[in-house]
Amino acid sequence: MAAPVLSRRKSIRFNRRQITLGSMALCLVFLLLIGLSSWLIGEAGLDPVLTQRNQPPNWAHPFGTDWLGRDMLTRSLHGMSLSLRIGLLAASFSAIIGTGLGLISGTLGGKVDAVITWIIDVFFSLPHLVLLIMIAFAVGGGTKGVVIAVALTHWTSLARVIRAETLQVNSSNYVQLSHRLGRSPVWIARHHMLPHVVPQLLVGLVLLFPHAILHEAALSFIGIGLSPHTPAIGIILAESMRNLSTGYWWVGVLPGLLLLLAVKAFDILGENLRMLIDPKTSQE
Amino acid sequence: MLLAKDLSFRYPRQDWILQNFNMEIAPGEVVGLLGPSGFGKTTLSKLLAGYLSPTAGDVRVNHAPLPRSGYCPVQLIFQNPELAVNPRWRIQQILAEKQMPEPSLLEALGIHSGWLNRYPHELSGGELQRVAVARVLNPATSYLIADEMTAMLDANTQALIWHRVLDYALVQNLGLLVISHEAALIQRLCNRVIDLVQVRASERWKGA
Repeated sequence: MAAPVLSRRKSIRFNRRQITLGSMALCLVFLLLIGLSSWLIGEAGLDPVLTQRNQPPNWAHPFGTDWLGRDMLTRSLHGMSLSLRIGLLAASFSAIIGTGLGLISGTLGGKVDAVITWIIDVFFSLPHLVLLIMIAFAVGGGTKGVVIAVALTHWTSLARVIRAETLQVNSSNYVQLSHRLGRSPVWIARHHMLPHVVPQLLVGLVLLFPHAILHEAALSFIGIGLSPHTPAIGIILAESMRNLSTGYWWVGVLPGLLLLLAVKAFDILGENLRMLIDPKTSQE
Repeated sequence: MLLAKDLSFRYPRQDWILQNFNMEIAPGEVVGLLGPSGFGKTTLSKLLAGYLSPTAGDVRVNHAPLPRSGYCPVQLIFQNPELAVNPRWRIQQILAEKQMPEPSLLEALGIHSGWLNRYPHELSGGELQRVAVARVLNPATSYLIADEMTAMLDANTQALIWHRVLDYALVQNLGLLVISHEAALIQRLCNRVIDLVQVRASERWKGA
């Protein structure tokens, strides 16, 4: 008897496409806000105020303050904004290298494929972090060092995936037919392969992004990344390690939560974009 | 003249699929190729259309070998149209990959203009096969190889496609190789029939 009453209730129903687009817009706005926050809120909260040290979260300081009395919300937002930009830049470079080499390898095959596969294997065989440190050190550290080092070390797994994907498409009937219709390998790579690997590229980019942030933090931690004065999320988290045991949980947990939210937002964005691009799921 | 001379094929370290196979198709001729599964029908069609290169012997079109690049004058139509079209392309783009077929041809094959904006998964197998046929029916094609082209289609679509293709072949002087294991279909369509079972038997007799 309760069912008809419930169904009579008027609720606004969205279809799946609207939900997808809506959640994508929400994530995009969230990421944009974080990205622009350092510019929006200014640098006022970054200065130490020794009279208000180690305050737990309250209305004036939603994320609390650290042992120097700096506002953690301001620091976290500044840090996320910087990490987001560095991560995005490094991950994009990495994704471009990976896609390019994967496509070339899969399309041309033969000796070119053997050489590229060999390079990928060499990169895989070297310890990740050691290579990262060496490259960052060689180019002189700093933001530039982090971006170059992360870009040069993270493309291998994506290149592998894209190479495999390209090989699979390459052996499909419609690509072979395209050759017989007189299309050149470059044309086929551009029109048949590239649209096919774009979803992999997006997923790869999303997966690379948190890696890039974490490695930026790792490099900053050992002192060849960003300078310790810059409020990067990695540096904040490294500092908070000392405070966790003394009960100042907000110094680490809240910035960590912000990082988690940002990465998750990227994840939702990538997943929904993939669904929209794939014609099989785009019209559901 | 599409000519296969002493055509042999095998994958490395495996048994011969085809050995010393000879055949020819004249422009405008409709030749049938009969044979049970596993007799190399599909391998032969791929060799003739240049998808595979023969282990020995060669394929010649008008006394020249098949071109390595550029448009191949021998075109193959696959059994499964779903695999022969890019699932990310609209029908319009698929049809125009070489050149957009004449509107009259599209109409003859019953390809509605409403399909042009759709994706392959929105069409049925028979509809897609008509698209695949229309794609290769252009003046640059001199020979068409239909490898079980209508095997998985219903009788109506089968009849429609064959009528249109035969009409086109007659007008454009197109050489046609019809590959099937359906003897009735081949008897109905073809001027001449090659039976792979007999070819193989005569070879064995020659070899003994």
